[in-house]
Amino acid sequence: MTELTSLTIAEAREKLTAKEFTSVELTQAYLNAIEAANQVFNAYIAVTPEKALDMAKTSDKRRAGGAAGALEGIPLGIKDLFATHDVHTQACSHILDGFKPKYESTVTQNLWDDGAVMLGKLNMDEFAMGSSNETSHYGAVVNPWKAQGSNQQLVPGGSSGGSAAAVAAHLCAAATATDTGGSIRQPGAFTGTVGIKPTYGRCSRWGTVAFASSLDQAGPIARDVRDAAIMLKSMASVDAKDTTSVDLPVPDYEAALGQSLKGMRIGIPKEYRVDGMPDEIEKLWSQGIAWLKDAGAEIVDITLPHTKYALPAYYIVAPAEASSNLARYDGVRYGLRVDGKDIADMYEKTRAAGFGTEVKRRIMIGTYVLSAGYYDAYYLQAQKVRTLIKRDFELVFDAGVDAILTPATPSSAFGIADQDLAADPVKMYLNDIFTVTVNMAGLPGIAVPAGLDAKGLPLGLQLIGKPFEEETLFKTAYVIEQAAGRFTPSKWW
Amino acid sequence: MSVDLATVKRVARLARIAVTEDEANRMVGELNGILGFVEQLSEVDVTGIEPMTSVTPMTMRKRRDEVTDGDKAADVVANAPVTDHDFFLVPKVVE
Repeated sequence: MTELTSLTIAEAREKLTAKEFTSVELTQAYLNAIEAANQVFNAYIAVTPEKALDMAKTSDKRRAGGAAGALEGIPLGIKDLFATHDVHTQACSHILDGFKPKYESTVTQNLWDDGAVMLGKLNMDEFAMGSSNETSHYGAVVNPWKAQGSNQQLVPGGSSGGSAAAVAAHLCAAATATDTGGSIRQPGAFTGTVGIKPTYGRCSRWGTVAFASSLDQAGPIARDVRDAAIMLKSMASVDAKDTTSVDLPVPDYEAALGQSLKGMRIGIPKEYRVDGMPDEIEKLWSQGIAWLKDAGAEIVDITLPHTKYALPAYYIVAPAEASSNLARYDGVRYGLRVDGKDIADMYEKTRAAGFGTEVKRRIMIGTYVLSAGYYDAYYLQAQKVRTLIKRDFELVFDAGVDAILTPATPSSAFGIADQDLAADPVKMYLNDIFTVTVNMAGLPGIAVPAGLDAKGLPLGLQLIGKPFEEETLFKTAYVIEQAAGRFTPSKWW
Repeated sequence: MSVDLATVKRVARLARIAVTEDEANRMVGELNGILGFVEQLSEVDVTGIEPMTSVTPMTMRKRRDEVTDGDKAADVVANAPVTDHDFFLVPKVVE
């Protein structure tokens, strides 16, 4: 018999329906896998075995009663950014020490309403600020992929590093994740998994710890395109508790898979051909173009002239919003408190002890660019540039382009504790160069594995779509997946 | 534009983060690195361009102004470090 943990959601769904096994059996298989391997990867920072088995039992009962939901009995991992009732929720920060919310995020509630089972909470960069999962208070996550002939530990990307590693190592069927500048798509690309950041407003942000509210979006990381489509269908909803959630029906994304690309126009933006990009990425991109052409799509060269300004504008807008959002962590209502000689001293000591280096750095930048005398030069200028970045995309879509194909990342996964990256924060930020434009414009973007580099590490391609046209991304990514195949790390753990 | 040690300390104060002399010195270099990187935005011509206020064009949904939730004082204070009778306790603010 195949290992239960090797099944995709679609496969498990079929076998659960056929009563080949129960959700309790499937859940136990995942709990065993976590027990055996989590110490290697550090992907879960809290495992909830009792809750998981309880949920699985209830799910099996529901199924027996003939009321199976779309994710009935499927065991999932949840990024630590999502509030889960009475369960560890700290955004992997020390400042939320001991926080167990008395409420459930809308996204996770949607999953439970559809019958899914929670295995535990997944590691991430502190407050989702990072591209390597190394800023987590709970330490780095190890990528299940290793370069051929090397024993070096690699990062799984970030900020959703625990989600990506757990999915790639089969420690959950799929995981929730969030993406503010690339935090779903870059870890997806680094681990050979599929990650989609939907259009801003597609998933409710209620109960998701806020980083940069105009950029944050939840989405899934899954083993293949079909599983990502199944997950997003359940995660997305309109929500009265989030006024930026959009009141549009959630389509059946899975139905888009297998649809023809004939007559579609795919744009290739010249600005994404950056200096120093490895030949392998260039080759992967050309390969992707060839696959889509073979599938009947028309390829057109396009220009998105403000692309190079997206990352600098992001590093004003995101820290500015973060400095405001993170003002709530003051040692009064939840989490850590360090006593001081007066209230201001208590605030300052609590925040000094509770926030990590990268989070402090971003709060400082955000506070500076919003401070009197600098607001116009930095924040206002960045928001105007953001308008221009969005307009670039609108012009291209208005000219008849249906989706845009780009590389997902400028490199494959790098080593844990990389000296170059540790010495220069800006260098780490450049990881998001291809993904951040999508957040700035509020568009949907999907990263799909497309090949391996010479070291045997996965590389991904990114598709960018029009607002709320996730179906186009799923059907196009599916064509790439059919051509490229799927990528699973060989098991060394 | 760049920051000096005094500015870093002032910003840390505004952000309510205690910093040591060493940390402040290190932040001067790091913040200037980031500010140097974002400096390139000043070369973009933004004449007549409106700053983005909403990433998707939408009218904010409004709801009736009525009570829809409440009576959860115990839940609200459940995670607070120090409480007393459903109040958050803080160091004395008024003499």
